[in-house]
Amino acid sequence: MIFSRFLIALGLIAAAPAYADDGRAGGKLLLTDGITTVEGAAGGGIATWAVIAGNETNRGIGGSAHATLVALPDFSLKSFGAAIGIHDRVELSYTRHVFDTRDAGAALGLGKGFTFGQDVFGAKVRLLGDAIWAQDSWVPQVAVGVQYKDANRDAVVRAVGARQDKGADIYVAATKLILSQSAILNATVRFTKANQWGLLGFGGDKQSSRTAQFEGSAGVMLSPSIVVGAEYRTKPDNLGFAEEDDSFDVFAAWAVHRNVTVTAAYADLGDIATVKNQRGLFLSLQGAF
Amino acid sequence: MSLFLATVLLLGAQAAPTEEAVDPYTQNNANAGATAFADDAMWRAFHGREGVDRIVEAFVARNQSDPRIGDIFKGQDMVRLRRVLKEQFCYILNGGCDYSGRTMKDAHKDMGIQQADMGALVENLQAAMRAEGVDFRAQNRFLAKLAPMKRDVVER
Repeated sequence: MIFSRFLIALGLIAAAPAYADDGRAGGKLLLTDGITTVEGAAGGGIATWAVIAGNETNRGIGGSAHATLVALPDFSLKSFGAAIGIHDRVELSYTRHVFDTRDAGAALGLGKGFTFGQDVFGAKVRLLGDAIWAQDSWVPQVAVGVQYKDANRDAVVRAVGARQDKGADIYVAATKLILSQSAILNATVRFTKANQWGLLGFGGDKQSSRTAQFEGSAGVMLSPSIVVGAEYRTKPDNLGFAEEDDSFDVFAAWAVHRNVTVTAAYADLGDIATVKNQRGLFLSLQGAF
Repeated sequence: MSLFLATVLLLGAQAAPTEEAVDPYTQNNANAGATAFADDAMWRAFHGREGVDRIVEAFVARNQSDPRIGDIFKGQDMVRLRRVLKEQFCYILNGGCDYSGRTMKDAHKDMGIQQADMGALVENLQAAMRAEGVDFRAQNRFLAKLAPMKRDVVER
């Protein structure tokens, strides 16, 4: 009896024109979709957040595309890709990395201008909470995600001691906008065995399995279209030949236009592949709808 | 002469804003959907009664002319809306008012408001507060009080 009433109710809902599929584009407040991280998920610059890419709300499909340059003293990383946000619930992303060793490539015996490449496929699902609107609650928006990474220099990454050239990170992210303080906070735990984000493969002679790593971000809104902040990200140290450092950045994100965000950051990525003090500029251009 | 005066008075009375009748409900400040700030610092940040009046007038005008959400306001009692909004803002900002309107759930019932409509509404309020010269941090403190109303306002 209850079941048949439920079916009738379902039928009524399906028949009501107000509940027809009238999806719409846009609707999020500026910058509340975050920016594109270096790995393609929505978040800060180097930390992945629980927000979903794109400007859509619960009734639409949105997306974003990005191009990012990280210019370091001895290396450069170019990253470009796209993400789709579905009903502010599910995010699917793809990003391509090109890591240029420039002159350092010769010093490392790889050849000048040797490049490492990587494909990163991401999926994220918002589980609970509302980072933006639930301002009367401390419960953050929580999402879980996976990033499958496939590095393209199999022989080299194995030669430096990596166990695999492919791997998957799993993460849980919690994000909260504290509107009364004009602040945004994020904490993410990532279970990963990636070496240098996966560019140097996965696992190594020192540590072969996933370890829990932390990503934290804190930002302050200066205006509806400008957020400044800082991030810290720990990384595993799996390879014996070169110690891997934690990453740090200070960033400013500016929504130049409803659909265009420019992010500039000063990033300290520490030592990379025995080359010291890789601190430089992070520049990212993102278009979102 | 006295007939003329009576006519003028009558016309004057008719020209004054009038509100449509609403179904009876219990008036209570709890209907405002948010608790009031503890002191009058926010009321002063919003430039008191005159500032709040200007913000509400600009906010309502922006909503009406907004192609995204303007249709929602067609056929609504805008006289009443302006009055209860001023009361609600004054109550929450601790300006010494009582809120006489309905709950957020009742006031927005069956309007079919979507989450994206709330986004547009917030942007229009931000623009109105900015035009009044309200400090950005004070704007956000106020929006933090209003944001949870999404639960009662958004129906789909």
